[in-house]
Amino acid sequence: MPSPADTPRDSNSASRANGAELVRFDKVTKRFGDVTVLDQLDFSVDTGKHVTLIGPSGSGKTTILRLLMTLLTPDEGTIKVDGDYLNHEERNGTLAKAGEKHVREVRKKIGMVFQQFNLFPNMKVLRNVTEAPVHVLGMSKDEADQRARELIELVGLSEQLDKYPSQLSGGQQQRVAIARALAMRPQVLLLDEVTSALDPELVAGVLDVLRDIAHTTDITMLVVTHEMSFARDISDAVLMFDRGKIVESGPPDKMFSEPEHERTREFLSTVL
Amino acid sequence: MMTEGMFTNYFLPGIWITIQVTVFSALLAVVVAFVIGTLRTSRLWIVRFLSGIYFELFRGTSSLVLMFWLVFAVPLMFRWQFVPMYAGVLALGLTYGAYGSEVVRGALAAVPAAQREAGVALGFTKFQRLRRIEIPQAWPEMVPPFNNLLIELLKGTALVSTIMVADMTYAANLVRIGSNESAPVYTLLLVLYFVFAFVLTRGMRVLERHAKSRIGQAPPRGDSLWSRLTLRSNAGEGTGALTAGGTSR
Ligand SMILES: Nc1ncnc2c1ncn2[C@@H]1O[C@H](COP(=O)(O)OP(=O)(O)OP(=O)(O)O)[C@@H](O)[C@H]1O
Ligand SMILES: [Mg+2]
Repeated sequence: MPSPADTPRDSNSASRANGAELVRFDKVTKRFGDVTVLDQLDFSVDTGKHVTLIGPSGSGKTTILRLLMTLLTPDEGTIKVDGDYLNHEERNGTLAKAGEKHVREVRKKIGMVFQQFNLFPNMKVLRNVTEAPVHVLGMSKDEADQRARELIELVGLSEQLDKYPSQLSGGQQQRVAIARALAMRPQVLLLDEVTSALDPELVAGVLDVLRDIAHTTDITMLVVTHEMSFARDISDAVLMFDRGKIVESGPPDKMFSEPEHERTREFLSTVL
Repeated sequence: MMTEGMFTNYFLPGIWITIQVTVFSALLAVVVAFVIGTLRTSRLWIVRFLSGIYFELFRGTSSLVLMFWLVFAVPLMFRWQFVPMYAGVLALGLTYGAYGSEVVRGALAAVPAAQREAGVALGFTKFQRLRRIEIPQAWPEMVPPFNNLLIELLKGTALVSTIMVADMTYAANLVRIGSNESAPVYTLLLVLYFVFAFVLTRGMRVLERHAKSRIGQAPPRGDSLWSRLTLRSNAGEGTGALTAGGTSR
């Protein structure tokens, strides 16, 4: 069973105490109608690691991130985040479907940046970043403001605090979206092709910000990208997907230079 | 002859009643529209079903008959009597609220699903998403159809004259009987409804522009909603809110 963990996984105790395993998919199956997109998928991500998912279009990469963000629910199997079931609750020793409140609680550990940014067009930049900390985390307005300004500075947009998203370029919007996700202090950050909706000249700025975050924070990242040099820079492990299954996994050097599987070689030749 | 006395003694109080009935029914209708409209977007089929029934029920009943029912049938059935004006307000508010719920439902459905997803990803509850993300974005879409409904509602208030509420239409009928001058009386009445509708439309235009500027779709032209509502022109510019409203869109 492929696992990106560079330490051997202790398969019978996913205990919170050692804290190594932050995300775990256990025999997760996801179907859309008759199509099985993920088939009994097992994988895990250790705390602080940066894991990149690669694979051809339709292989299920986005589906994995959306399952983690609870935008989708698995048909079979379980997902654990930091030791807690994401979609299930243990009641009287059996696993039952989790209530809305439980899901929201576990979900707080996860943040996501979308391909299309999805900023709130009705709020200015600063408010896009403070809204959730204030109303979801219950942070004071001043503290949220202070932290938002720091994060917006981190992504290089201090001049734009007072603009609406529609007044920013795609690259700037995406950087605000990154700040907005980080403002919730997630333990895991999900990035789904965050540069593929951008004009080519704007891609580098966004990737620089993400590199910076990857190298200076201890946040765990789960990344889907077609930017292979970026993936090589930041990843601890790369997972190659095909048809909802992991074909191959390993450290980026090995995966990009000497992949073992024919399918991986084939795929890399189309994107490199 | 229709005299000045007739105007001040009958029409003026009637105008005031029409304004009250319009405002109260509109407020009730807005509340009903938002509650029923959002319930109709619920994930739970039973909630959608019940709120859909409300919509069909009130869309399918005449507000005039509903008023009659409230005023004449309710006292017999429940030994409880409405003040006629409130029966009128209730009938109009519930009916136009049903129409309004369709506006709210449609505008909410037009908010991109990605906005909901962004809200979920940031941990907002369903209610917070509605209040902070979905309704504010849907609001500018709602204002023009709400304006149409408001005008319909204003004209619909004439129905309350049939349940002995002394609105402007009721006053006009009294004055006509007293003066026997149908032509000037009803002409004046037409003009009054038109003027009211015109003023409401101007107000709603300002509201629409304000709403759009708040989601970054159009630059605000005045500095505040209030300054845009007043008819005074900005210094030197020479255009009041009236003309500015007329050139919007
Ligand atoms: N909501 C949906 N309804 C039906 N089918 C879906 C839905 N979402 C995804 N799929 C299907 O599931 C499969 C996997 O989709 P997914 O978006 O996870 O792929 P991906 O690896 O992210 O691809 P890409 O690189 O193109 O983004 C595809 O065949 C897709 O058509
Ligand atoms: Mg995808």
